[in-house]
Amino acid sequence: MKDVKLRKFHAASWDEPLIMELGRKGERGIIPPTPAKKVCEDIGPAKELVPSGMWRQEDIDLPELAQYHVLQHYLRLSQETMGMDLGADIGEGTCTMKYSPKMHEQIVNSTKMTDLHPLQPDDTLQGILEIVYGLEQYLKQISGMSKFTFQPGGGSHATYTNACLLRKYHESRGELAQRDEVITTIFSHPCDGATPATAGFKVITLMPDENGYPDLEALKAIVSERTAGIMFTNPEDTGIFNPKVAEYVKVVHDAGGLCFYDQANANGIMGIARAFDAGFDACHFNLHKTFSSPHGCEGPAAGAYGVREELARFLPVPTVEFDGSKYFLDYDRPDSIGKVRSFMGNLECIVRAYAWIRSMGAEGLKTVAKISVLNNNYLDMLLLRIKGVSRPYAEGKRRLEQARYSLEQLKEDTGVGTLDIKNRLSDFGVQGYWLSHHPWIVPEPFTPEPCETYSKADMDYWAAAMKQSIEEAYEDPSFSINAPYGQAIGKIVDDSLIEDPERWACTYRAFKRKHKKD
Amino acid sequence: MKVGFIVNPLAGIGGRVGLKGSDGQDIVDKAFSLGAVCEAPAKARKALERLLELKDKIDLVTWPGPMGETIARELGFRPQVIGRLADEITTPHDTEAAAADMAAMGVDLLLFAGGDGTARNVHDAIGSRIPVIGIPAGVKIHSAVYADTPAHAGDAAKLFLSGSGRIQIKEAEVMDIDETAFREDRLSARLYGYMSVPNVRNLMQNAKAGSVSTEHETMVSIASDIISKLEEDVCYIIGPGTTTRAIMTSLGLANTLLGVDAIRGRRLIGTDLNEAGLLSLLDEMDAQGIPTKVIVTVIGGQGYVFGRGNQQLSHRVLRRVGKENIVIVATESKMLALNGKPLLVDTGDAEVNEMLTGYAKVITSLNRTMAYRISC
Repeated sequence: MKDVKLRKFHAASWDEPLIMELGRKGERGIIPPTPAKKVCEDIGPAKELVPSGMWRQEDIDLPELAQYHVLQHYLRLSQETMGMDLGADIGEGTCTMKYSPKMHEQIVNSTKMTDLHPLQPDDTLQGILEIVYGLEQYLKQISGMSKFTFQPGGGSHATYTNACLLRKYHESRGELAQRDEVITTIFSHPCDGATPATAGFKVITLMPDENGYPDLEALKAIVSERTAGIMFTNPEDTGIFNPKVAEYVKVVHDAGGLCFYDQANANGIMGIARAFDAGFDACHFNLHKTFSSPHGCEGPAAGAYGVREELARFLPVPTVEFDGSKYFLDYDRPDSIGKVRSFMGNLECIVRAYAWIRSMGAEGLKTVAKISVLNNNYLDMLLLRIKGVSRPYAEGKRRLEQARYSLEQLKEDTGVGTLDIKNRLSDFGVQGYWLSHHPWIVPEPFTPEPCETYSKADMDYWAAAMKQSIEEAYEDPSFSINAPYGQAIGKIVDDSLIEDPERWACTYRAFKRKHKKD
Repeated sequence: MKVGFIVNPLAGIGGRVGLKGSDGQDIVDKAFSLGAVCEAPAKARKALERLLELKDKIDLVTWPGPMGETIARELGFRPQVIGRLADEITTPHDTEAAAADMAAMGVDLLLFAGGDGTARNVHDAIGSRIPVIGIPAGVKIHSAVYADTPAHAGDAAKLFLSGSGRIQIKEAEVMDIDETAFREDRLSARLYGYMSVPNVRNLMQNAKAGSVSTEHETMVSIASDIISKLEEDVCYIIGPGTTTRAIMTSLGLANTLLGVDAIRGRRLIGTDLNEAGLLSLLDEMDAQGIPTKVIVTVIGGQGYVFGRGNQQLSHRVLRRVGKENIVIVATESKMLALNGKPLLVDTGDAEVNEMLTGYAKVITSLNRTMAYRISC
């Protein structure tokens, strides 16, 4: 890390208005030609082609701009952000920000994909169905599960699917009224508690024991004939892998519940440890994290949800089946929980995941897991050498693919907290980091995840940028507190701008209603 | 923004020399004779240091000499010094007078350094009228009006003062630990009252976590959980505290904030009951074959469920009610503020303490519980 030269970075700053405030009445991007007379005669008035109920009664309130002004606007905005391939996005832990191969973009952007319509007959969808079916076979091997659905549009959607399936399973056994409790852990993703709550369960949260594992004794104390299941991650957000996870599974199984393994962050275990082998009944993967689809604000998501053989009959419809000669969509599944989303899911994520697995190969996937763990432990060593940084729980124990650190000491010493350091870090040309899921148990948290994409030099750079940011805080706290200096927008001094509902709005129309009163 | 700053320079002086507290002139004298030094000023200074950045934006009001002025001047503040010390050795009257005067001057926030006794003095003077932040300078502090550390107290004040009105206020307990009894290894801990404090834990997270429920909303959610499960033919004994108060408020019932009430069939059947009252209530319910449940919350900053601030719920009462009929409610932020330390019981009876230990499902909001360890 000694030889790292920190880059000087400054984002473009355009002081760009909202697009709703741009343009002027009558400004046009494209003026379509008037149709030929013959066409008009044959087709009749265009208005008659659209059912009257679908006609807009009032003029649409959209800005009127020339095409190149629209392009300018969005290019400027894009310059003001730190795009996904501009910096080493090591900081965004729990998100597995790996490089998404550009060749895969060519595949999903080809007309073979973009011209598909989900309502085409199955026999004209054989290619895409083969990919969906093929990806399912791979994920079955990776997890040990027997059947998958790709319908959920994200990780939390997959955990919601699991909560729905829990209901269906206990209902099928006549125990739904009695089994109304789902257990999760405080360091699992919040969706593992939120989605069963949405599905009508009462949620019990386990706290960590002194080693940082979910408290097993607490679990034993609270399981009962009311237990519907457990939904949790391993490793949890702390990055600590729980080697005794099978014991937790047994406790819940003995009580009559089902066990769901939230594998949103599978990068450290892929090809190494399987949910099925630890006794789990169901699991999910985020195709947009572990399997390379770009995500966050950079692309749609897909939650691949898989279950054991006994639970396969409950999966959403349709499933993709193969009869030996052709692929087809199977809607004839009477025990299914129904649909959790339209059609088959976000196909572009499925295609990218399929392409990624094919390009990596089985050994390649294991290598990904090994390198991501190795990377994390290398970065861990660099970070723990920095004054003010600590890593609560399980001292001396290695983390897998990510770790949650604390800047509590720095805050205590200087008054500079994790939000300040995050702001300052971005001045060195890397994306800001992920703090923590809610609630903050680790004080002043940050959670990097240097997945397999990143080189030793990338990690050296990231750690050096952290070190510099923190050393500055010790030298001059006010400098750190007023960061960032190189971004399009400076420090947001008044957080109430985003917290006070009177001062923000989700849409421009709502904004106008609130503030312009027209 | 006007900020009051009060230091009880003698806070914690008894602790370091093993005297379990510093209340009372003779104890202070004894502590000095045992070689105790005042550590409170250094702690108060650590907190005030965090406000240096706002030095030119706030008007600091303080009391003379060791009660705030010295530290403020050393740090470079130009405080408005009010009041007059009656004697070289400060007394609780100084704290009370200072707090009252500052409140009368309309301070927006009162920062005070001390221990449980100091919090009581401030409470006596101003109640819950203005927001306060306690700088912990005592030895073992039970009152939840205190921040974890002096630096945290300063950070909280800074956030509050620069937060432009977006700060949520919550009520936090002031505890009355009878030091004389405590020194004799007898326990007498009363819930003394509540003061208003900024809800900083939420505040720190808000920027990233989006909307976090206010303390009040969470309490209403807890009340909904309890009320949704309320059984007609069960007697409920409701312990003291703001969280349990929310249940009574939601039911439209009067309640005793610092005492124990009882309800049955959504009607109040006992108000501010003492131990004897509770025991005779239990007799009455037993005679009618009506089961009884106890609903309590965590009192103070140390995580006590029984034995601090709700002694009416004695080991005799709890033994009769039984562990399975005890319901614990607490907001998630209160549970997380324990930093993993277990909940505590101290009923004065080893057997009952033992009975109460283990794991409890603490209700943290509607349909949400936290499995949490209870120790004694």
